[in-house]
Amino acid sequence: MSSAIKLSDLPIGVDAVICSLPEDENCASRLTELGFFPGARISRLFNAVFGDPCAYSVQNAVIALRRSETERITVNTL
Amino acid sequence: MTDKIILAGNPNVGKTTLFNRLTGLRHHTGNWAGKTVGSAIGYMDFQGRKTMIVDTPGTYSLKPSSADEEAARDSICYENCDAIIIVCDGCCLERGLYLALQISERRSNTVLCVNLMDEAEKKGIHIDFTMLSEELGFPALALSASTGAGVDELVELIERNSYESSIYKKPAKSSMELKALSGEICAKVISGNSAERKVGTADYLLSHKIFAWPIMLLLLLAILWLSIKGANYPSLLLSKLFSFLGTHFHAFLIYIKMPQMLCSALVDGIYGTTAWVVSVMLPPMAIFFPLFTLLEDLGLLPRIAFNMDGVFKKCGSCGRQALCMCMGLGCNAVGVTGCRIISGHKERLLSILTNSFMPCNGRFPTLFLLAALLFPDSGSLGSSLFVMTLLMLSVILTFISSLLLSLIFPKETAATFSLELPPYRKPRICETLMRSLLDRTLHVLIRAIKAAAPAGLVIWLFANININGSNILSYLQGTLEPLGTFFGLDGAILLGFILGLPANEIVLPIVLMCYLSGTSLAEIPSVSEILVVFSKMGWTPLTIICTAVFTLFHWPCATTLSTIKKESGKLSYALAAAALPTAWGLLICLVIRLLWN
Repeated sequence: MSSAIKLSDLPIGVDAVICSLPEDENCASRLTELGFFPGARISRLFNAVFGDPCAYSVQNAVIALRRSETERITVNTL
Repeated sequence: MTDKIILAGNPNVGKTTLFNRLTGLRHHTGNWAGKTVGSAIGYMDFQGRKTMIVDTPGTYSLKPSSADEEAARDSICYENCDAIIIVCDGCCLERGLYLALQISERRSNTVLCVNLMDEAEKKGIHIDFTMLSEELGFPALALSASTGAGVDELVELIERNSYESSIYKKPAKSSMELKALSGEICAKVISGNSAERKVGTADYLLSHKIFAWPIMLLLLLAILWLSIKGANYPSLLLSKLFSFLGTHFHAFLIYIKMPQMLCSALVDGIYGTTAWVVSVMLPPMAIFFPLFTLLEDLGLLPRIAFNMDGVFKKCGSCGRQALCMCMGLGCNAVGVTGCRIISGHKERLLSILTNSFMPCNGRFPTLFLLAALLFPDSGSLGSSLFVMTLLMLSVILTFISSLLLSLIFPKETAATFSLELPPYRKPRICETLMRSLLDRTLHVLIRAIKAAAPAGLVIWLFANININGSNILSYLQGTLEPLGTFFGLDGAILLGFILGLPANEIVLPIVLMCYLSGTSLAEIPSVSEILVVFSKMGWTPLTIICTAVFTLFHWPCATTLSTIKKESGKLSYALAAAALPTAWGLLICLVIRLLWN
């Protein structure tokens, strides 16, 4: 059984699938363009020196997002 | 038949590499630090026909989230052209297809180039291009712009105009539908292992709490050291060459019986200043920039932006500002334009206002020279440490100023921050170095002719027109002397900065002309000779340090100021951008002077 957690809580190295995006229309479409959309596989790779932002692997690219965004994205661990 | 082609695509897919391949050296880009922020135009020759190629900033979709993406959107959607080449990454085909599908809904003459196929093949990704073309309704080609594979086919395809251009027949879709469609198409055409990117040692080290900073600082120190050490001999050679040419030029003018005054104006004023600027400015920049470009090509800059975002965010800005600051090292006007990559309005403004804290091409060599004056015996290591400390100071003050300014400006919700970290790529070393060397040489020479030559004439006039017994230069110098000394400088130095408004390259020549009034710069003094001149004029280590600090923190040059006005839209911001660094410079110089005594 996997439950939905916030992307910001996803541990490093654990694979997950995106469940939902933030409600804000602009933010959601921006994330979709980058490759973060419901159903996409994602994993957390490494954090920046000061802890934020974090680098995520999605659709074969590495994209960094801040905690303020990843707190509003939910994922299901695999 | 084909006259104009636009290159479009996601960031970091190799559009500019393709652009460079197609146009050779026949282009002018003001784009540095690995980011295209405005359209670059170049020309391609094929079988006698000339075609214009337009390189656009990378964008993820036609819905822009920053000014550079807006520029791309405008070019792609509204600019007349004969063909649009959409470049995408073979390893990230789905994301690239999203943009390609969006574009093909609006424009009919599109070609898809799937680039970086060499990397895709290494990962075991195989793409069926025939099926891809069928699914899309327009041609799709495999490409590897860095090795050149597929470029010839692309050129032939465009020039023969032999592809079926068609308006994408399906009606406009929503973004979710397009996303789903790109996913479907990919599922059909991609086979093989598409492993996700793994974290390599390099990424591990560069994001490590302990190792990241020392590594980055060491790299910077290494580049500075190489630039200072490597520039000494070429500088010497250039000044010998220019002295030699200058003597003959002078002799020639005497031979054709040119009047003495005019002769002096030409040789001492124009030629002397231009020659000085070239021999002092060119060698260090011709080493620093190619090396820096190599680091960029490797992919280091986004990692720096990534690491520093946390600090930038606390100061009201974002990590992308680090990229703009790096562009500012080349030219502050370019750095200011580069702020288009920042999404939030307030964040972009803060970045624009503080960009000139980073020393540009016209100021870096001055810093090197001052460092050499301060550490004449300890060789290049002492000098490079000094310059690195100055750069750290610039960065720290950028943060502090951003913080202070963000308190003044009204609060805005922070824009969505995202940053792509492209994979580390082995740069084509020779090609990158050559290209950067040529770019840099051209830039310095053009600046020398456009700014140093006229300035040389003006300074010469000031130095030779006498009013009430002294020349204008001495008069101005004398007037500014009390003010200058108050801040640890002197009248000549202050005058140099003031008259150096058009271009920072001419600050030191002006100072030298003030000191050597009567004699000229045609005999270009070496570093040790400059040291002698300066100490005769009362320079102390305090003066060197204050001059270095003021070099970093004073009003931006005229080009930068006008760019700031253009990019920010208001004259008041340009004035603020002039006042801010000056205030810091004067404050720090004053504090240093007071503490010194």
